[in-house]
Amino acid sequence: MSCEFKISQEFEKKVDETITHYPVSKRSASLPLLHLWQEEFGYVSNQGVEWIAAKLDLQPINVFELVTFYPMFRDKLAGKIQFRVCRTLSCALAGGYELFDHLKKSCQIEGDGHHGPAVSADGKYSIEFVECLASCGTGPVLMINDDFHENVSNDKANELVKKYG
Amino acid sequence: MSCACKNPFNHDIATENTPMVNVQIDGEWVQVPKGMNIVAAAERFSKFIPHYCYHPKLSVVGNCRMCLIEMGTPKMDANRQPILAADGKPEIAWMPRPQIGCATQVSEGMGIRTESPLVQECRKGVMEFLLINHPLDCPICDQAGECKLQEYSFEHGQSNSRFIEEKVTKPKNVDIGERIVLDDERCIMCSRCIRFSKEFANDDVLGFTQRGSHTTLAVYPGKRLDNNYSLNTVDICPVGALTSKDFRFKMRVWFLKETKSICTGCATGCNVLVGSRENEVHRLTPRENEEVNSLWMCDQGRLGFHEIHEDNRLTTPLINGIKSDWSSALTQIAQQLHGFKPEQIAIIASARMTNEELFLLSGLRKALGGEAVLCDVIERLGQADGILRSADLNPNSNGAKLLGIANPGKLNEIRSGVSNGSIQALLIFNENANEAGLSIESLKKTALVINVGMRLNGAAHFNLPSSSFAEKRGTMINGKGRLQRLNRAIAAPDQARDDWEIIRDLKAAMGGGNGIHTVEEAFKAMAAVIPAFKDLTMSKVGDLGVELTLSSVQS
Amino acid sequence: MAIAETRLIFKHIDSPGYTNDIDCYIKNGGYTTLRKAITMKTAEIISEVKASGLRGRGGAGFPTGVKWGFIDPSKNTKPVYLICNADESEPGTFKDRQIIHKDPHQLIEGMIISCFANNVKLAYLYIRGEFPEGAKILERACDEARQKNLLGKNILGTGYDLEIYIHRGAGAYICGEETGLIESLEGKRAYPRIKPPYFPAVLGLYMCPTIVNNVETLCNVIHILQMGGANFAKLGKPNNTGTRVLCVSGDVVKPGYYEFEVGALTLGQLIYDVCGGIKNGKKLKAIIPGGSSAKVLKAGERYKIKQKQADGTMADVEIALEDIPMDFDTMAAVGSMAGSGGVIVMDETRSMPDCLANISEFYAHESCGQCTPCREGSLWMKKITSRIRDGKASVEDVGVLKNVADNIAGRTICAFGEACSWPVQSFVTKFKEEFETVAGNGAKK
Ligand SMILES: Cc1cc2nc3c(=O)[nH]c(=O)nc-3n(C[C@H](O)[C@H](O)[C@H](O)COP(=O)(O)O)c2cc1C
Ligand code: SF4
Ligand code: SF4
Ligand code: SF4
Ligand code: FES
Ligand code: FES
Repeated sequence: MSCEFKISQEFEKKVDETITHYPVSKRSASLPLLHLWQEEFGYVSNQGVEWIAAKLDLQPINVFELVTFYPMFRDKLAGKIQFRVCRTLSCALAGGYELFDHLKKSCQIEGDGHHGPAVSADGKYSIEFVECLASCGTGPVLMINDDFHENVSNDKANELVKKYG
Repeated sequence: MSCACKNPFNHDIATENTPMVNVQIDGEWVQVPKGMNIVAAAERFSKFIPHYCYHPKLSVVGNCRMCLIEMGTPKMDANRQPILAADGKPEIAWMPRPQIGCATQVSEGMGIRTESPLVQECRKGVMEFLLINHPLDCPICDQAGECKLQEYSFEHGQSNSRFIEEKVTKPKNVDIGERIVLDDERCIMCSRCIRFSKEFANDDVLGFTQRGSHTTLAVYPGKRLDNNYSLNTVDICPVGALTSKDFRFKMRVWFLKETKSICTGCATGCNVLVGSRENEVHRLTPRENEEVNSLWMCDQGRLGFHEIHEDNRLTTPLINGIKSDWSSALTQIAQQLHGFKPEQIAIIASARMTNEELFLLSGLRKALGGEAVLCDVIERLGQADGILRSADLNPNSNGAKLLGIANPGKLNEIRSGVSNGSIQALLIFNENANEAGLSIESLKKTALVINVGMRLNGAAHFNLPSSSFAEKRGTMINGKGRLQRLNRAIAAPDQARDDWEIIRDLKAAMGGGNGIHTVEEAFKAMAAVIPAFKDLTMSKVGDLGVELTLSSVQS
Repeated sequence: MAIAETRLIFKHIDSPGYTNDIDCYIKNGGYTTLRKAITMKTAEIISEVKASGLRGRGGAGFPTGVKWGFIDPSKNTKPVYLICNADESEPGTFKDRQIIHKDPHQLIEGMIISCFANNVKLAYLYIRGEFPEGAKILERACDEARQKNLLGKNILGTGYDLEIYIHRGAGAYICGEETGLIESLEGKRAYPRIKPPYFPAVLGLYMCPTIVNNVETLCNVIHILQMGGANFAKLGKPNNTGTRVLCVSGDVVKPGYYEFEVGALTLGQLIYDVCGGIKNGKKLKAIIPGGSSAKVLKAGERYKIKQKQADGTMADVEIALEDIPMDFDTMAAVGSMAGSGGVIVMDETRSMPDCLANISEFYAHESCGQCTPCREGSLWMKKITSRIRDGKASVEDVGVLKNVADNIAGRTICAFGEACSWPVQSFVTKFKEEFETVAGNGAKK
């Protein structure tokens, strides 16, 4: 295993505590551990897959299957500022696609962002379409990193970009 | 019925005391064991319900939806008693939606329709879905002829495609194992191979990546599908997604002749089909026998046949390295053998020989002097894997013991006899003398060395070519005491002959004919004197073999 | 004139000064119902829930008391698990998120009572991955409840132990389907299980009996115990009891969430009175009444249904779209469903092929890919609808599209098959002409 990432004691402690939430089957901790890994290292590398598999007495394929099934897990870095724009109907009716195009242009991001994040050349921004974020009454909805923003007009988007940038 | 092999599931076998229930299949009432799944139950009445993901020996996942049928349960009255129709049979309340047969168990009064218009329409729909993203190049696919997609689409599909979109592209020609290649575009995601690896081979290496229409069968980067059962996935893959590197594109399956036989790779004696064409074996595939190997075999056993066709096959009798013919060779051997005292003669035989051969050999030994002639076989030990493979790599150790050819400890005596010169005549049957620990030097000092086998022994005065397991008939007793039949798939090359004939003729040349002209007669003669075989004939042994009582085998 | 809401579940949500910490919750009467519940016999609680007639709020509308009744703790030796389904991902639905963010203790209390009633010792709250803040709020709420001995070992000195853990999903809609959720919680791909044999009540989480309930459903349990099952049943209509949070989005003046007694108002009242009508003075074109999976209703449609009269007899009546009462049974009778309560409104300027293409893209993206018709069909439908939208299709394609949907619905492992084909079947049937026209010309946006 190539060791791109150093596992801190603190990280391992968090992982071990999380595993205790699943007294019946350690395997249940797969998703939580993937979240922890991605929060810590930015994306799930093969090292992550193998480390988690070993931790949970699984085969790497068991974890790899998950990384590629659940869209929130990435196998490469997203931007430092990560936009997730809701693509689904209510937001689309409210201008979700226009918001997506606007952000792409103003942050100079290439790529379509339909399947996984498209990252700007400098790695600062990334954008991705996601499906309904359960806030359809206040579309278009935009997530920037872990924060939620509703009724995001292009003007509001410009302000937000400034604020995060 | 018990299964000798550890299948996690046996959906097609009902335990002995399962009660029978009345079930209506396509209008006819029949009796089937309660709880059996509908696909297996219908098959008992020659109703074939097409299926992909269902496999009788694997867990049921119900993902392909090919086995959709109509199903109903008895209409009940207010007292929860079935309402009977005019014919005295229960009236059936049909479910409005089709159900999958593979995950539905039969129960009393159930109705099943396997051919109704709705069922046909379901099959047509599923077939279309399976084909839209599937390459349409059957003529170059290795599975052609054995592909369930091709077969069912002929029966249930529609001829013209309405699909005009771009197909989903996936990896092709993926090297996922030592012996296996994967074409993801042909995969229909039935997960049979994944379940087999996990549930039977205890090797959880395969999995699906991506999702939806992009779902892709894969191994984890750097891991391989290399376990000793990997080639079974090729057998159970209903399409041409998994192919055997060994067999890939070598031969169209419809040209193959298939001969029922057994694998001689170890004492398990897996039942096989030998696929051959024009005197060449192209593959072995497992043949169902619940008492032995269920539907599986190991890769080592499966690929073992290649030694048959390796170049250095001995094909004509050689006298001192010079091509000769059978009658000269046998006459000379007989003459020379007469010149030795029994204590000077030894026999190294093989537990890879058939019972008939070993039986006749014991007769030859008697003619040469009986017990005084040292005789043994070479043990071959490997590791049992807890799945199919036995620790004993000889297929017929039990036969060799029963027929007095295996005499533990004697091999050592033979070895020292040869090296100290007390043994002057050595007969070696189907074994490599070197493997037995006899050096070429010591053999060279021996006055008479006779080698019967598929390969030349450079130190032997006489080399007699014999048949491989695929070229002969006979019986063997597996590690569990089951008597099974070997069948001839191809003819032996050139002048090579079956051991039993060679031994018979040698004995005849030495002055003792025995009137045996066929393997059947050899078996009959054997059954007459060996209690374990009492009342048996080769035809009684049948395709699936018979269990001998072990005590009689060991006595 | 706006019709008055009946706020039961959303009583405190958005009320000034109300915070999501435990002190605020307790100050407003929180956890008193739990204190009462733990003095009751578990069978009593279950019979109250049965009497209430509560139907699940997650989409299928299955009676909660009946679901609980499938599990007989006296008969089974395996542990029983409860899972709160907080995966809220059905497009058009945004109620559970409000509860989680603004009144998390209501959910936790409802869960604890439901666990107690069913003798559950270990429960999970499966929250969709895109709610990172919601997960943190719920973690904190559980910690607070633990500190007050409302959760954990020996709850309130009764000897009852319960642990609840928050489990985050990671962006897959299919985790909302209860058996997909269970697989996901077991650490696998969220492949829904075949039923039979894997009914959660029998072979659920870790192959043990398991109850899966929606966030709103579990909150309702508190109110049922508070007012008594029989009184709860007086809210709403027979077989459609209690209140329902309706989420309205799309082309209305005031989109948002509103809570009413089930069936207390009509679709017309909801759109025109409560939500202020169609935006920008436009006219109504279509409504999806129960989350994107529900069949679309077309403006001007009239429905022949059987309706129960005051004297209890059934009569055939004809009602207009605007007159459909917002309850489970009528929504089903007009050929759609109340589903998750998400109402999406489209005005006259909207292109139906465009809307359907959007929905179909959602389903193509979210199909788990396990079973053939849905895996292959969902993407196929997306491809056809996109071509129709773009005017790169023919009239025949419209027919093929409908037929593809027909070949999926009813033939898949899970109800996603219906979820992805119902919109297609209904849009294409009801707006056939528009589809056929657009197919060759493209949609004007
Ligand atoms: C495709 C699909 C998605 C679903 N998504 C959700 C969901 O996000 N939240 C939810 O509570 N139920 C969802 N359900 C319904 C659940 O399967 C289940 O019926 C529900 O959680 C039961 O809770 P209830 O009885 O309280 O409604 C979904 C069902 C299907 C078929
Ligand atoms: S490779 Fe073959 S056996 Fe494996 S999932 Fe694909 S079609 Fe099924
Ligand atoms: S287990 Fe033994 S008998 Fe069976 S295939 Fe392998 S080598 Fe042959
Ligand atoms: S219907 Fe769709 S989502 Fe459900 S199991 Fe099948 S493929 Fe998966
Ligand atoms: S459609 Fe965007 S949040 Fe629901
Ligand atoms: S064989 Fe029954 S669903 Fe595949």
